[in-house]
Amino acid sequence: MVFTTPVLNYAQLSPILIVLAGAVIGVLIEAFAPRNARHNSQMFISLFSLVSALAATVSIRKQAGVDAAMNSVAFDGAAFLIQATILIIAVLAVFLIADQENFTALAAAIPGSQEERESLQKDLRVTEVYPLTLFAVAGMLLFPIATDLITLFVALEVLSLPLYLMAGLSRRRRLMSQEAALKYFLLGAFSSAFFLFGIAYLYGYSGTITLSGIQQSIVGGSGNDVFLLLGIAFLSVGLLFKVGAVPFHAWSPDVYQGAPTAITGFMAAATKVAAFGAILRIFYVSFANAEWQWRPALVIVAIITMLFGSVVAITQRDVKRMLAYSSIAHAGFLLAGVIALNKSGLDASIFYLFAYGIATLGAFAIVTLIRDAAGEVTDLNRWSGLGKRSPLTASVFALFLLTFAGIPLTSGFIGKFSIFSAAYQSGSTAILITGVLSSAIAAFFYIRVIVLMFFKDPVEDGTSVVLPSALTAIAIAIAAVVTIVLGIFPAPLLSFIESTAFFIR
Amino acid sequence: MNVLTLLGLLPLLGALLVSVIPNDHVIRIKQAALATTLLVALSTILMWFNFDTANTSYQFVQVANWIPSFGINYAVGVDGLSLVLILLSVLLTPIVVLAGWNESEGGRWSAKVFYILILVLETMMIGVFAATDVFLFYVFFEAMLIPVYFLIGGYGSGERAAAAVKFLLYSLFGGLLMLASIIGLFVISSKNGGATFDITKLSEMHNYMSSTTQNLLFLGFFIAFAIKAPVWPLHTWLPDAAASATPGTSVLLLGVLDKVGTFGMIRFCLSLFPDASKTFTPIILVFAVISIVYGAFLAIGARDIKRLIAYTSISHFGFITMGIFAMTTQGHSGATLYMFNHGFSTAALFLVAGWMISRRKSSTIADFGGLQRVTPVMAWSFFIAGMSSLALPGLSSFVSEFLVLVGTFTRYPVAAVIATFGIVLAALYILIPVQKALHGPTTPGNENLADLNLREKIAIGPVLAVIIALGFYPAPLLNVINPASAHVIESQGFSDPLPSEGAGK
Repeated sequence: MVFTTPVLNYAQLSPILIVLAGAVIGVLIEAFAPRNARHNSQMFISLFSLVSALAATVSIRKQAGVDAAMNSVAFDGAAFLIQATILIIAVLAVFLIADQENFTALAAAIPGSQEERESLQKDLRVTEVYPLTLFAVAGMLLFPIATDLITLFVALEVLSLPLYLMAGLSRRRRLMSQEAALKYFLLGAFSSAFFLFGIAYLYGYSGTITLSGIQQSIVGGSGNDVFLLLGIAFLSVGLLFKVGAVPFHAWSPDVYQGAPTAITGFMAAATKVAAFGAILRIFYVSFANAEWQWRPALVIVAIITMLFGSVVAITQRDVKRMLAYSSIAHAGFLLAGVIALNKSGLDASIFYLFAYGIATLGAFAIVTLIRDAAGEVTDLNRWSGLGKRSPLTASVFALFLLTFAGIPLTSGFIGKFSIFSAAYQSGSTAILITGVLSSAIAAFFYIRVIVLMFFKDPVEDGTSVVLPSALTAIAIAIAAVVTIVLGIFPAPLLSFIESTAFFIR
Repeated sequence: MNVLTLLGLLPLLGALLVSVIPNDHVIRIKQAALATTLLVALSTILMWFNFDTANTSYQFVQVANWIPSFGINYAVGVDGLSLVLILLSVLLTPIVVLAGWNESEGGRWSAKVFYILILVLETMMIGVFAATDVFLFYVFFEAMLIPVYFLIGGYGSGERAAAAVKFLLYSLFGGLLMLASIIGLFVISSKNGGATFDITKLSEMHNYMSSTTQNLLFLGFFIAFAIKAPVWPLHTWLPDAAASATPGTSVLLLGVLDKVGTFGMIRFCLSLFPDASKTFTPIILVFAVISIVYGAFLAIGARDIKRLIAYTSISHFGFITMGIFAMTTQGHSGATLYMFNHGFSTAALFLVAGWMISRRKSSTIADFGGLQRVTPVMAWSFFIAGMSSLALPGLSSFVSEFLVLVGTFTRYPVAAVIATFGIVLAALYILIPVQKALHGPTTPGNENLADLNLREKIAIGPVLAVIIALGFYPAPLLNVINPASAHVIESQGFSDPLPSEGAGK
């Protein structure tokens, strides 16, 4: 047996490597640095490594190749755009995470135990969340650029495992948070198993695990189509689970509600970008020639997802659950971009992911500000009259809701327009019509929140808007500015995406 | 800089000015708002005199790239139709500001917010009529909902929040259907000669559509406009909105915003989908005639004075829709003139009704009585406005209603004959409240009502003057309207059944 030395293109891997290095340093800090120095140094390391990774990915944006790591990682225009989006979202998420109020004092302590009380008295703060975030980000960076199924699976696990943990770190209502974490973990493990199954079938079908190899088998048409179908189906289950598409969405409302809000924001925005980055690559590169096998099914999933998310969101009384269902609906809209299967679908999806990710983070950032003595207030009834108490906060939240609803002059509208027109271009009239209808339904519950905030009288139960810390304020401001600017002047970003986004095969 | 762009920016600048005036200088805020709107009105009148009536193409055109990836331009220009409607908007706005001098009191928010909303709305009203790019039109069409929503919900009376939401949801639903059609148009245009939203280029596109596609796209636009206009059976939001909004907001809502619906029918439905328009004409005429009669019956039964005016408007919008879909030059000219006249007669009705209500603290018609003796000026103003609403010869509405009926009769005699009964009913629904509220013995509690003060007289004076002047001499408007109407009819291959003499000249 002959061993070949692996050849790695370090430049193209540099964003991932930088983030991983930051994560490892973070772990070392946890181990060796004195407790009171940890927070600031962790925050510095996280931001520094994320920003350098962003710089790295920008500097290599013109490169393209499938041989970054022995044909199992590719780097191309789409990879650059997705990675940059993830990193920008991650930086903003770290801003939110740095507001340590939301996190448990001692993650390992059993809820309600003596140990927990002591840790609270000592005013301990967890800082493990920083390296965990970085590990998750590294996985997310790898996920959309992996070109063989094993690397894809590894990336999926690297991004998922830290998220499971992070979901359980809530400072208040810890049982609920831990339940969410466990639920996420169990269902996630289940979906990973499906994903592996799919890999096995696809290997059985084509005799290879590389995306381009599978594509060639499909073009050749010599394999057993049953294996191909099963493979695509099982692989899709794993992927659709991550983006929270119906019927694999059951985890998301509970996890969104239970996780610390900063983490929810990070998860909702960044995971979606990474997972859709991977879905786009897999379906555009590998399965494009088998579109008749998967497209009808995916159209149905997209339609159900859009309608279900929009309809069920109407009944929610908790702002985080409502945002969870709204993100399910948005997963449906994004699937329209996958179904489009053309260049404009790719461009539209990337624009949508960027716009939606930033706005989502902004919305969750606002949620962290509405508090009473016991922590964040997520019961929507208690948000009534927010517009009177704190017009600015309420207006900015209304802005994010309007962009989710896709009202013109916000980034969400441009995103919706481009993604639906791409879907219609490829002949999916059904997607266009359901998309528009579910947007109308969705508008109902977004507007209900606006009514609540502006047209109802405030409740006097101690709910108040805390002044955001500088970092949270910056994150919210950036999100709001991006939302408006992309709504009014989307042309530069759209044409940049149009000229940059492509998949190397 | 382009005249139209400048005109659109002026109110925004005014809004900016208002926003820097401190909150406690309410008088200054009102003066600034009034000055801005007067300036806009004067500039528009100047523009009116520079408009070349013989030229049927768009004038004062400006085109600039906005989102080149989708072929979207910032494109503005006016023809006779849009010029008349812009004139209507900018004339009504200062009147509304002056007449509703104290409307902002009793609102949820400060006077400053009220006037900022009004000014922003004025920009959007100018924009929506001036846009010659379908996408730009859609942006204004949707964005203008937001200020109106806050004007109704924040400053109205009664169930204002519910009415605002109903208004917004109806309009959003229609808007989203239109968005689906716009996406359809976009995709068709990009397959036939390059993506564009230019209204002139898009009016060629019907040659490339199957009749099913054309019918569907037509419906998307038409339903949106029929909700806006509103045409039976999509009218149910209007009475609630009009009853809850402040009189000034109602004037803008019924006088201008609803005209966007009928304007859109001419500009978009007829020009973009001539064949589908012909297909649907019989059904639409039925709906229009039902609106005329049904609105009139509702008005006869109305007890609330604001609702009464809203119902009469439904009847009038039936006339306008009928005139449009009669597809004759007279019908069109009549409909366009009707839009202008209805704006003024409704404004007069609503403003006087608003003063009556604020003095009597009740909007029930039965609470008034014998106003003619107590408050002669107010009573006479209401009387003239009412007579204009029932199209008394010598007042402006008569000319337009006559033109619509003549224009319709030449092609659809049955519809015209039934609609004529609407005039008889109009006499009932106006004369009954006039009799109840103005004549007869003074109802107890009304003896000490104050008559109109100087500000109110100055506000209502010009409105009544326009109503009377245009009743005797409509030529200035018709000279602008007629060529535009003839152009629409000819350019889309409709022909007048009888040789047209250039009606009204």
